[in-house]
Amino acid sequence: MNPRIWHIATNTFREAVRDRVLYNLIAFALLMSGAAVLVGQISIGIERLVVINLGLTAVSLFGIVIAIFIGIGLVSKEIEKRTLYTVLSRPVRRWEFVAGKFFGLSGTLIVNTFFMAIGVFVALLYVSHSFKHADAGILVALYFIILQFLIITALALLFSSFSSPLLSAIFAFALFLIGTFAEDLRGFARLTHGIARWLATGAAYLVPNFSALNVISQVAHDNPVSRQLIAYNTVYALAYTVAVLSATAMIFERRNLK
Amino acid sequence: MHAIEILGLEKTYNIGFWRKRPKRALHPLNLAIEDGEIFGFLGPNGAGKTTTLKMLMGLVFPSAGSARILGMDLHDPRMKAQIGFLPEQPYFYDYLTARELLRYYGQLSGVDSRQLSSKVEEVLEKVGLRDSMNVQLRKFSKGMLQRAGIAQAILHDPKVVFLDEPMSGLDPMGRREVRTLIEELKRDGKTVFFSTHILSDAEALCDRVAVINLGQLRGVGAVADLTSGVKGKVEIVWQGSAVPAAIKSSGAETHIAGETTRAVIPEQDQDAAIDALRRERLRLISVTPVRASLEDYFMAQLKPSAEEVVPR
Repeated sequence: MNPRIWHIATNTFREAVRDRVLYNLIAFALLMSGAAVLVGQISIGIERLVVINLGLTAVSLFGIVIAIFIGIGLVSKEIEKRTLYTVLSRPVRRWEFVAGKFFGLSGTLIVNTFFMAIGVFVALLYVSHSFKHADAGILVALYFIILQFLIITALALLFSSFSSPLLSAIFAFALFLIGTFAEDLRGFARLTHGIARWLATGAAYLVPNFSALNVISQVAHDNPVSRQLIAYNTVYALAYTVAVLSATAMIFERRNLK
Repeated sequence: MHAIEILGLEKTYNIGFWRKRPKRALHPLNLAIEDGEIFGFLGPNGAGKTTTLKMLMGLVFPSAGSARILGMDLHDPRMKAQIGFLPEQPYFYDYLTARELLRYYGQLSGVDSRQLSSKVEEVLEKVGLRDSMNVQLRKFSKGMLQRAGIAQAILHDPKVVFLDEPMSGLDPMGRREVRTLIEELKRDGKTVFFSTHILSDAEALCDRVAVINLGQLRGVGAVADLTSGVKGKVEIVWQGSAVPAAIKSSGAETHIAGETTRAVIPEQDQDAAIDALRRERLRLISVTPVRASLEDYFMAQLKPSAEEVVPR
């Protein structure tokens, strides 16, 4: 990796750690241990299903909230506090700054997800007393969750490069919600005609397809995830992330830092 | 080759939400700063000093014109590795310690990793922060932050240093230390371009100054030339608090401080005043011609020109 991007990324990671972002793990641990004990008592026969569903949904939501709330401040906070001035007056290109910020926050989310995943597996072991082969599907679901984080982090950065933190948060959350129903939106587009069909199809394919990246329920029911879907989602998420980051860099390259 | 060459640099912002209207922050600016000089960029608040510096740093894009630093384009990374910048009222990553902050900036500037630790400690020593290098910046006072700011600007041994209001927020001791640092930079052969509205600092430090107001350059010159003009008055200082009638009648401005009295009188009344002091047996301490100060020059440049005065 380009050393300047690496240094900006590690500094972003350090900021997240020192601002106690990883403290969310305590809340997550409490949630998982509480859920494991409660589920063991009230849901006979479906403990595994409930723990996987609850655990992975919590991993996803905790990460999305962190990605949005930190992501929206990654650029705007640096401009507002003028910390950016002493960075960009060095031999650092603006796109390198954007890439460094992206990798820093993505790294934070991956580390966070790693620890939360351990929590999910411990809770699962507590209710099932053993692991089975189908549990490997949880790793695929976690991988897809990380792909979602990459997209949402890139989107938060994009909004942060031209908008206020409040508006950025609203835009990012709205896109996350719409993207969760992307498949429904595509189905709706197929039912329309004429110019409305063009518009609806355009909008449906423009928003991130988070529904394809959500296999939590499938995994909880022990249904395997196809290799084709893994490959498709990987290519889709990386291409979408790169496109959004490129747009962010292009906007940021032209911005006057008043 | 000039260290800094500004050719018709200009900035106009479009302000307003719906109906955008242009607002000129900087009229075409032409300046050339020589290698190794300390250049003061003077002007009141809102004059266009920071806008100019931001354009030179590549933070704001000029509407027209261009500039070159060390003969290179403003966005050339090779040039950026050779300049240092202290922004006005700097704010740094407050979760870092001073040492971590400087290591980070050193890495971004491409300082050799084998020399980084020693360079960081050397610079922290220079700005008087060695004892606080492991303290997080959120616990720093304003003056300490300013020193950290100067440290990051000089850490990578730049050839040209840009300082935006480097004395702002510093106590008299801090100001003196920063003045000494700037003088050291000059001794090391660096070019220093600094903006300020504290004229005594500029007068004490600068080889040349430029005065800017309302986005327009009002004058440029060597400090020695600008302050060499005699104003046709002399300052007489004597021991004692008595003021002879001859001096009073000349319309002198007198100031008594303890056991000494100072009077500023027209040059032609000088001999009569000295005779009067002898007659009254008052001990004469000094007679000095009053020279124009940088402040006089600055104030004269800020006066609106005839075409700027809008008739009512």
